[in-house]
Amino acid sequence: MSTAVTPQPETPRPDTTADTLVTVEGIKVHFPIKRGVILDRTVGHVYAVDGVDLSVRRGETYGLVGESGCGKSTLGRAVLRLTEPTAGRVVFDGTDLSSLKGEELRRMRRRMQMVFQDPMSSLDPRQSVESILVEGLRAHDLDKGREATGKRLRTLLSAVGLPTTSLRKYPHEFSGGQRQRIGIARALAVEPDLIIADEPVSALDVSVQAQVVNLLEELQDEFGLTYLVIAHDLAVVRHISDRVGVMYLGGLVEEATSDDLYAEPLHPYTRALLSAIPVPDPLVEDRRERILLTGDLPSPANPPKGCRFHTRCPWKQATRCDTERPELREVLPGHKVACHWAEDIRAGRIRPHEVEAVLVEEEGISPDVPLVGPASVTEALNP
Amino acid sequence: MPLLEVRDLTVVFERKGEQPFTAVDHVSFDVEPGQTVGLVGESGCGKSVTSLAIMGLLPKRGARISGSVQYEGVNLLSLSDREMRDRRGRDLGMVFQDPLSSLNPVIPIGLQVTEVLERHRDMPRKKAMVEAAELLDKVGIPDPNRRLTEYPHQLSGGMRQRALIAIALACRPRLLIADEPTTALDVTIQAQILALLKELVRDMGTALVMITHDLGVVAGLCDEVNVLYAGRVVEKAQRHELFAAPRHPYTHGLLSSIPRLDAPRGERLNPIRGSVSDNIPWTEGCAFAPRCPNKLDVCVRVTPEQEDIGGGRLLRCHNPVKPPVAEEVSV
Repeated sequence: MSTAVTPQPETPRPDTTADTLVTVEGIKVHFPIKRGVILDRTVGHVYAVDGVDLSVRRGETYGLVGESGCGKSTLGRAVLRLTEPTAGRVVFDGTDLSSLKGEELRRMRRRMQMVFQDPMSSLDPRQSVESILVEGLRAHDLDKGREATGKRLRTLLSAVGLPTTSLRKYPHEFSGGQRQRIGIARALAVEPDLIIADEPVSALDVSVQAQVVNLLEELQDEFGLTYLVIAHDLAVVRHISDRVGVMYLGGLVEEATSDDLYAEPLHPYTRALLSAIPVPDPLVEDRRERILLTGDLPSPANPPKGCRFHTRCPWKQATRCDTERPELREVLPGHKVACHWAEDIRAGRIRPHEVEAVLVEEEGISPDVPLVGPASVTEALNP
Repeated sequence: MPLLEVRDLTVVFERKGEQPFTAVDHVSFDVEPGQTVGLVGESGCGKSVTSLAIMGLLPKRGARISGSVQYEGVNLLSLSDREMRDRRGRDLGMVFQDPLSSLNPVIPIGLQVTEVLERHRDMPRKKAMVEAAELLDKVGIPDPNRRLTEYPHQLSGGMRQRALIAIALACRPRLLIADEPTTALDVTIQAQILALLKELVRDMGTALVMITHDLGVVAGLCDEVNVLYAGRVVEKAQRHELFAAPRHPYTHGLLSSIPRLDAPRGERLNPIRGSVSDNIPWTEGCAFAPRCPNKLDVCVRVTPEQEDIGGGRLLRCHNPVKPPVAEEVSV
């Protein structure tokens, strides 16, 4: 690995390779911040996702991690066009999704399904499990008569580990873990290729989390699924993902296989994130060195100039960091980092230093704008 | 003498026309001055109700509390509301999980800090403001004088939690109860808050009762750990012993079901089967028995008693996990 620091030749464009299922190119999602009752003028934007490129290979699990407000969920929704991207495009199995409309898009959606975080609010409380599962089948003309559908539903339930008696029950009759299984069964019902799972286990108790994580892995082996897993828990993401992308303030800062990412995090933010995660082992906890970040996540409505992380970065340098936004570039084979100084930090030529905490302005647009209650989007993204 | 001595604390919620529900069932533990004690368990295990009972914050109607909570020799459960109000904030501080709902949204942060100082230390407003600014500075809030005039919604989640800790520490209580103080926060902010709590415990000699579901947080912070399941303490041990050799199948199961950042990848997790709703009542046997891989016939017939297994460890189990054999030195 000694020569690996030299930049590798650019890999062929991902969407040309046959084993790539999803390619995301320069996707941006900006939410307007509106003020005023009559004029409804736009006073700024929340840059929830601001230029992300990534590709997910067929049959792999791509994990997207980051803290709240970094745009990971918005990115997941933008891939499925549940939220309309402001710019950029998503290519799914050779088809540009942004060119699709109406019926074509609806048909395409059969192949990409979503599992949501909170199973209680993503399942209709007034629909029985049977009706929840059949709805998708009907919508995509997969309901081939009562008998075939009945058989299909029973297979689905046994695949996710629920008894067949569940069909007549309603969501409130199940525990959190079982509800998440229903959510997964609903996604599986239409035989998708891609499942986007947004925080699939974070609402569950620890002992139940492992059941759902194992279930996702088993289903992937059984049905050859491709996953895009979005989560804030790096330990969970590392466990299930083949490759991991780390997001910070709307952009990817690092991307690598999950083993590489853990063994040698290159971006200062990833280093801090990894060192902040508590490990359930006192021996490890007593010895490890924490990189404590000062301050909070800046507002996505007013992201810092240059590198988004420079306001909190212990490795920040006097030049480039605050003026030039770093591109995601391949520093080691298959290991991409968006940091100007990644090589120097890796070699230990740059040492971390103290960082003065910078006040994070919750408002952040301009001091002249009068405060008329919290701007809903900013608040929602900045809890 | 321990600072806080909880003995057989039992909380039963009663509602007309419904079965009484025992949320906390004969929980006993001690907190020595300056010690950090962890109460660990999943949702519904009674850890939060325990803390509310100690603080006297449970409603008088509907909750039947028995046992004793001795704080410096005084049984807190026998105090009147007025006496308890004098103690809360002065002797006992509390930090809650969700800072946004535990701070008053229509009162500036500064007033919420000075309120405690004026109430318990009879400080004049002006002096209290100076002290409040110092407190905010101490918990790591930048530009404290400006923050004093701001409202909770203008602060970020991490800052709000810091403000809440500042309020809890305003009168330098000897005991601080923190109920999931970092659960609502991001990991990097969680690391900041945990470091802050650790520092405060060390510098001010405050004893800390840490209530959490996160075994990782416990591993780095607590001296002694109590693992709760369905309202009872199933295992108690010093943290090094507990993590090195968990004896209760529940503790063991919890530890092996968490994906670890530093463990080799590729192995399946070992989840605990079933969910909390499968429990049987403690009066009939062991509540964990239906989910337990070590279940024996006796487990569903006889309630396991808490036994001292040496080394300051307590265990409530008929068929505990065998302690790992002393590791052989590999050549």
